[in-house]
Amino acid sequence: MSNSKDIKLVDAPPGVEGSGFFATQLDTVVGMARANSLWPLPFATSCCGIEFMATMASHYDVARFGSERMSFSPRQADMLLVMGTIAKKMAPILRQVYEQMAEPRWVIAVGACASSGGVFDTYSVLQGIDKVIPVDVYVPGCPPRPEQILDGIMRLQDIVRSESVRRRNSPEYQELMASYNIT
Amino acid sequence: MALETSVIEEKLTDKFGDKVTGYIQLKDIFSFEVDSASMADVMGFLKEDPLLRFNFLTDVCGVHYPDNSVDRQFAVVYHMHNWYDNVRIRFKCFLNGEQPEIETATNHFLSANWQERETYDFYGIIFKGHPQLKRILNMDEMVSFPMRKEFPLEDGGRTDKDDRFFGRKPDNVNNN
Repeated sequence: MSNSKDIKLVDAPPGVEGSGFFATQLDTVVGMARANSLWPLPFATSCCGIEFMATMASHYDVARFGSERMSFSPRQADMLLVMGTIAKKMAPILRQVYEQMAEPRWVIAVGACASSGGVFDTYSVLQGIDKVIPVDVYVPGCPPRPEQILDGIMRLQDIVRSESVRRRNSPEYQELMASYNIT
Repeated sequence: MALETSVIEEKLTDKFGDKVTGYIQLKDIFSFEVDSASMADVMGFLKEDPLLRFNFLTDVCGVHYPDNSVDRQFAVVYHMHNWYDNVRIRFKCFLNGEQPEIETATNHFLSANWQERETYDFYGIIFKGHPQLKRILNMDEMVSFPMRKEFPLEDGGRTDKDDRFFGRKPDNVNNN
């Protein structure tokens, strides 16, 4: 391990510590591990995707938050980032991508179009991706700056950190999935 | 030798008589109206005639005129281009509002395939004899023809936009 003082480590969860042991809840440890290694699946359809490219790249560097490994397969991804206008014709594809993700899975709607349809209040555009898939975090902006996208990821980390390991078995979660007809 | 618009008009009048009407030079493009039943013949003539040589179909699109009399409520607009003399023309065919049907242009120009599909997709104009007349841009499940004036432009499912805060009524229909 480096001696550099610049390296910041994640704080250990609350627990009981003694010489040679540390006892805590499994939920908090797993939540901490999940929150700091979210594998993003970028679903970029327009200008918000360009902002995300800046977020990924060296200057803003989403790797600082444990998300350097972009997954371009939904099978190995935790966090679906939907960036850009989703046309109604695209909606079933987006839904299929979400359905292919393994649990646990989270969704961030980046930008006005993905969150609500944005300026495209028209017959051909999906009025927010939450019409077809559940969304955990909405990032406003048209397009949002990379700092805002990073803040959205950090808000999602808060959610992930405090969530139960077995969220997918909870009745609330199953009810939510059922409301979207996802089994 | 440039192709004069008077020559185009003369040749079309000689060949088709009153099937082709309303010759007018609008800004820099020579325009006229073609009887919708004779569209394919006129287009073939414009393409094959050794003097006219309109060898390129630039565009096909639709127009909806809901205020016109019922037999002129739709129009299909064709743009053609003569590459040899660099002359462009435009002609319109008016169609019945209840039953908008016209012959396909794909027998003369294969490029009309997608353009006619697009026109069908947005206006519901039927191109008789088209090899694959189905939606091209909109989703297949769509039931409306969105560029027709009776269909609202805006999506009914919008939840975050309260029309009261925008000083208007929904769908921009009767906004006065």
